[in-house]
Amino acid sequence: MASHESSYTPGNPVEKWLDDRLPIIRFSKEHLMDYPTPKNLNYWWTFGGILAVMLVVQIVTGIVLAMHYAPNVALAFDSLEHIRRDVSGGRIIQAVHAVGASMFFAAVYLHIFRGLYFGSYKAPREILWILGVLIFVLMMATAFMGYVLPWGQMSYWAAQVITNIFAAIPIVGEPILLLLRGGFTVDNATLNRFFSLHYLLPFVIAAVVALHIWALHVPGNNNPIGVEVKSSRDTVPFHPYYTMKDLFAIIVFFIPFAWFVFFAPDILGHSDNYIQANSLVTPAHIVPEWYFLPFYAILRAIDFNILFIDSKLGGVIFFGGSILILFFLPWLDTSKVRSGTFRPIFKWFFWLFVVNFVMLAYLGASAADSSVLGLSVADFSKLCTAYYFLYFLVILPLLGRLETPRSLPESISEAVLKKSAGGSSAAAAH
Amino acid sequence: MATQSSTAHQDAPNPGRRDFLYVAAGAVGAVGVAGAVWPLINQLNPDASVLALASAEFDLSAVEEGQSLTVKWRGMPVFIRHRTATEIEEAKAVPLSDLKDPQTDAQRVKEGHEQWLIMIATCTHLGCIPVGESGEFGGWFCPCHGSQFDTAGRIRKGPAPTNLVLPPYEFISDTQVKIG
Ligand code: HEM
Ligand code: FES
Repeated sequence: MASHESSYTPGNPVEKWLDDRLPIIRFSKEHLMDYPTPKNLNYWWTFGGILAVMLVVQIVTGIVLAMHYAPNVALAFDSLEHIRRDVSGGRIIQAVHAVGASMFFAAVYLHIFRGLYFGSYKAPREILWILGVLIFVLMMATAFMGYVLPWGQMSYWAAQVITNIFAAIPIVGEPILLLLRGGFTVDNATLNRFFSLHYLLPFVIAAVVALHIWALHVPGNNNPIGVEVKSSRDTVPFHPYYTMKDLFAIIVFFIPFAWFVFFAPDILGHSDNYIQANSLVTPAHIVPEWYFLPFYAILRAIDFNILFIDSKLGGVIFFGGSILILFFLPWLDTSKVRSGTFRPIFKWFFWLFVVNFVMLAYLGASAADSSVLGLSVADFSKLCTAYYFLYFLVILPLLGRLETPRSLPESISEAVLKKSAGGSSAAAAH
Repeated sequence: MATQSSTAHQDAPNPGRRDFLYVAAGAVGAVGVAGAVWPLINQLNPDASVLALASAEFDLSAVEEGQSLTVKWRGMPVFIRHRTATEIEEAKAVPLSDLKDPQTDAQRVKEGHEQWLIMIATCTHLGCIPVGESGEFGGWFCPCHGSQFDTAGRIRKGPAPTNLVLPPYEFISDTQVKIG
């Protein structure tokens, strides 16, 4: 926690001199090494570190790509082929960036669902959670604009459809659309500004990540049992315990990452993006990148008018709402108990939510006029969209009042000792 | 120095004047910032070269009945469809009560040129280009989210809120059209 005593004593006169002027070594030691961390964190807690590494990977590979990329409609598509074929090592660097975006999202989804299950968004970690959702939104904007840069068919039509979402806003929609695109359709002006912003946003993300970690280090980590740290017996220093655990997880995470980069760099993408953008033909089956699919399905699900709200605006409201609702989650979940482990009924709804989310992704990838499990994609999407919102707006608020949680362990150290006693069937030494 | 500090001391307890200066300075500052930000936002708007492409003429003589042409106007694709007699009949036969965005077939075309249907080719949902001669209504089908349009380009099914948009156009002769 933030208020613990610093154990740092400058080792030599130079360090002492620096410490009196800019206590950066003291700061790093407190926050990166000595920082007291609950001793029961499992591997779900390694995704934060993985995400930080992924941000660095994207920034480094991105800056290198920008040295060879040409943000112009006449050149962009070819410049990517140039990167892949001519630039030394360009094939790998480009693949790392493109696959990296997918791995980044895979990690962020696991990180978010970790938070949802263990109640990490609850007091006193609301700001931490809100900053996280903000990072998620910024990541989506960044990835969307990055996906436009190769200027393939999917790039172009993604840009067309997503910018059009803003046109649904009453009155100011059309002017906003012109402002976003800089033309009557997606064109050179659009590509140029997207490149500029795609370069900028990752650094904004880095800044919000710094705030996110600051907001983490004030209340300290949540943990799998959701019981707050009560004494120093509940914690271990971050280094070497969690630096090593994170490092191990990062290495494991890099194995599938490397597999994709070296053996299947295009498997997560769409073959239509190897056709240069054509403003006169929409590909027969446009789908966003996999990480946008659940939200895309929600957008598509609203194909009917709701009172005076037409289907287009309705779709946009539900699409935006499905993300905005996450900002309010800390106040929607009324349960005093954080961890899902001690909430017998919540667990069922939670796992159903996960299945529902995966189902939404599947529906988002299906053709609009096909059917899944005997139900039309349109109807199935409506059903899943309904559950998505019910989970946040009805189930979580009510469950906190209706459910009787299991009794919580006294403290983290007690839970840890009990577990190891159970595991090895040896008596716990108290 | 002594006189200066004593006058300052006398002026100090005049909160009304201080508040006024404070608010006035703040207001001027805010206007200044807004004035500086506006051009930075406005530069995002379509530039003069984009706005210059206001109207264009097209020759339709080569488009046979049952054929369509896609042209570009202001960077946007525009459908020009030479409709068949059955297509026109079908469009006319639809009762207005069946339509989400009610418009008669006559409102969709120019009098005397009923065979020509000229529409901006972007789906009114999120802007994809619908595929012609397909869908349940024999008109257009949008592959993106499944909107279906009839032979007068009216929305019949799916998420698109309105009929395909008609650009401003006029016939210069029977085979010459000016869009814009
Ligand atoms: C939050 C971090 C980032 C994410 C999620 C991200 C995501 C993406 C995605 C999805 C693509 C399309 C890849 C493809 O389909 O080929 C892309 C392309 C690109 N990005 Fe990023 N990016 C990030 C950071 C950066 C940074 C910091 C730069 C530095 C300028 C950058 C420069 C580029 C360039 C030049 C391209 C076009 C080349 C290409 O498509 O591979 N990116 N980005
Ligand atoms: S863009 Fe045509 S249905 Fe969505």
